[in-house]
Amino acid sequence: MRTMTRAALVGLLAALVAAPAAAQTVKIGFITTLSGPQGAIGEHMKNSVELALDHLGRKVGGLDVEVIYGDDQVKPDVGKQLADEMLKKHRVHFVSGVIWSNVMLAVAPTVTGAGTFMIGTNAGPHELAGKMCHELFFTTSWQNDQTPEAMGKYMQEQSITDVYAMAPNYAAGKDMISGFKRYFKNKIVAEVYTQLGQQDYQAEISQIRAANPKAVFVFYPGGMGIQFLKQYAQAGLRGQIPLYSVYTVDEISLPAVKEAALGQWETRYWSPDLKNEANQKYVADFRKKFGKTPVFYGAQSYDGIMLIDSAIRAVKGDLTNKPGMIAAMRRADYKSTRGPYKYNVNHFPIENFYLLKAVQTPDGDFAMQIQRTVFENHKDAYFAECPMKW
Amino acid sequence: MAISVPLVLEQTLNGLQYGVMLFLMAAGLTLVFGIMNLVNLAHGSLYMVGAYLATAFAGWSGSFVLGVALALPATLLVGVVVEVIALRTLYERDHLDQVLATFGLILFFNELIAVVWGRAAVYTTIPPFLSGHIRVLPGVPYPTYRAGVILVGVVVAVALWVLVTRTRLGMLIRAGASNRTMVSALGVNIRLLYTLVFGLGAALAGLAGAMAGPIYAVQPGMGEAILIQVFVVIVIGGIGSIRGAMVGAVAVGMADTLGRAFLKPMLATVISPPAADKAGPALASMLIYLLMAAVLFFRSEGLFPARGRS
Repeated sequence: MRTMTRAALVGLLAALVAAPAAAQTVKIGFITTLSGPQGAIGEHMKNSVELALDHLGRKVGGLDVEVIYGDDQVKPDVGKQLADEMLKKHRVHFVSGVIWSNVMLAVAPTVTGAGTFMIGTNAGPHELAGKMCHELFFTTSWQNDQTPEAMGKYMQEQSITDVYAMAPNYAAGKDMISGFKRYFKNKIVAEVYTQLGQQDYQAEISQIRAANPKAVFVFYPGGMGIQFLKQYAQAGLRGQIPLYSVYTVDEISLPAVKEAALGQWETRYWSPDLKNEANQKYVADFRKKFGKTPVFYGAQSYDGIMLIDSAIRAVKGDLTNKPGMIAAMRRADYKSTRGPYKYNVNHFPIENFYLLKAVQTPDGDFAMQIQRTVFENHKDAYFAECPMKW
Repeated sequence: MAISVPLVLEQTLNGLQYGVMLFLMAAGLTLVFGIMNLVNLAHGSLYMVGAYLATAFAGWSGSFVLGVALALPATLLVGVVVEVIALRTLYERDHLDQVLATFGLILFFNELIAVVWGRAAVYTTIPPFLSGHIRVLPGVPYPTYRAGVILVGVVVAVALWVLVTRTRLGMLIRAGASNRTMVSALGVNIRLLYTLVFGLGAALAGLAGAMAGPIYAVQPGMGEAILIQVFVVIVIGGIGSIRGAMVGAVAVGMADTLGRAFLKPMLATVISPPAADKAGPALASMLIYLLMAAVLFFRSEGLFPARGRS
């Protein structure tokens, strides 16, 4: 019985703590992945949120701020539970973050359905850009298809043909290949889907060598990318068949593969070497504070906080004025790390996409550097299906 | 895509190499399971510890071989410490308790590694003298490093076979796998035997991890990626049998690799190519589980069950 009494007391205390906090504190729930092999991404996102708060003097929109972090463990059900907890227990004004598309599809409707803002800072599943678009949902990243579309366009322009395409066998893998094919119309010699989370690609690499294509296009995020790149280089194919990719080489994986990524082509909407004031400040201060080069996941999360800041500023701290904040966010009136951009009707950015190459810098480091612009003000392929008008 | 003889040969080598890697993991797991009746989910953690220690020692000493050589006794030590501190109390408990406790160890080791080395994957590479290719046959180049992995695996398999069948320790191990109670009744220090066997298994997992380092991503949680296949191996081979682990590992390695490489083109000759595109990858990823189901259907104890086990 005593333990039950104690539990009840704890519950009572928790309820007291959770009771409507003094007004004028903005609460932001930030969902990302903080444990397991993908925890490195979440670490970059969390650090970028903290850096944004530093840059804003620990105030968002002029108000005191409290950020509640949640670890989704790459699981949609856990993400939804976190969102519920943030909405009901912490009574947050904004939910932000979310790396994975499947988690986002569980979280976003929960949050917007409760009348709260969802500011996505990575995942861009096509459902949310099309029929499921919502006035309370904004993203500071991209729609999933856009990045491979840019790579498809570039390779088409270069008249590259006989391409061997590979991706893990799950929803995003198939989206990436279909986005690629929306702009790449030359010959694809093979389309190979491997197991999600596969470690060893030697069997597939032997098949590539036998097929002898003119180029290889892959989508291998996270540890899969590290493994594929190492094994591709070790098989001696690096110098023979050029490798083009999306979300495979980034500032997290580059230090783990170094020379195995040299010469790799990627497309992306952002890069640490993008020349604009906000970005240079973000990259320099991130390096100073955390001793690492930031990655696009972080830049988007930094932008997310800045977008929220701009909206609260526009309504002069009146967090109940949601129409005012929606109108403010639609203007994207803040200094984004990607430079100025506009929002499409579905609240997805209309933005540039660049071609990047993995190079060795004069001081011996390895870095992704922008080579050229592939798309200017590129819209996603789904906005026409979004019924929202403004 | 044509299926040519050199390609089949190359893929067979790939399958053998994967099988050898699985064997190093499975040998330890099957002994611990068979002799101590302990379901050790944290076996993958020891593999991860081996990979990290080998990377650290190689960076510190400047020599890959020395790094691996130092990682072996270090992982053995980690294994012995884990056995003495955490696992001893679990032998008498039922399997569900063991699963819970060793799952806890997985979380502990993943966080420990993240605290020490960070969450991002660490840099590893193949040493220059192993980075080229050898010609197995004219027109069939094969990466030297992977050929080296096969060689090490075969040497370890032979050494284990000698240890288990020709030495006193091996006799005790076999006896322990068959009838633990009788072994301890005959006055054998079963505690010491358990610790030794667990340490040996840990060192083998560490060796697998150390060799996996340069080709895979060395990151927290890397052990869980291979653990499921290893369990499939010991179920196919028969729990407690080194010979079973060897045969099971090569069977799983071959089935998985050849399935990934040739199932789709072979299906395309039977059914329509678009249907084969869909069914091929799905079937290839199920193949080792189908193999396991088939083996269990005909021999529910696995291919080589430890003798006299009840």
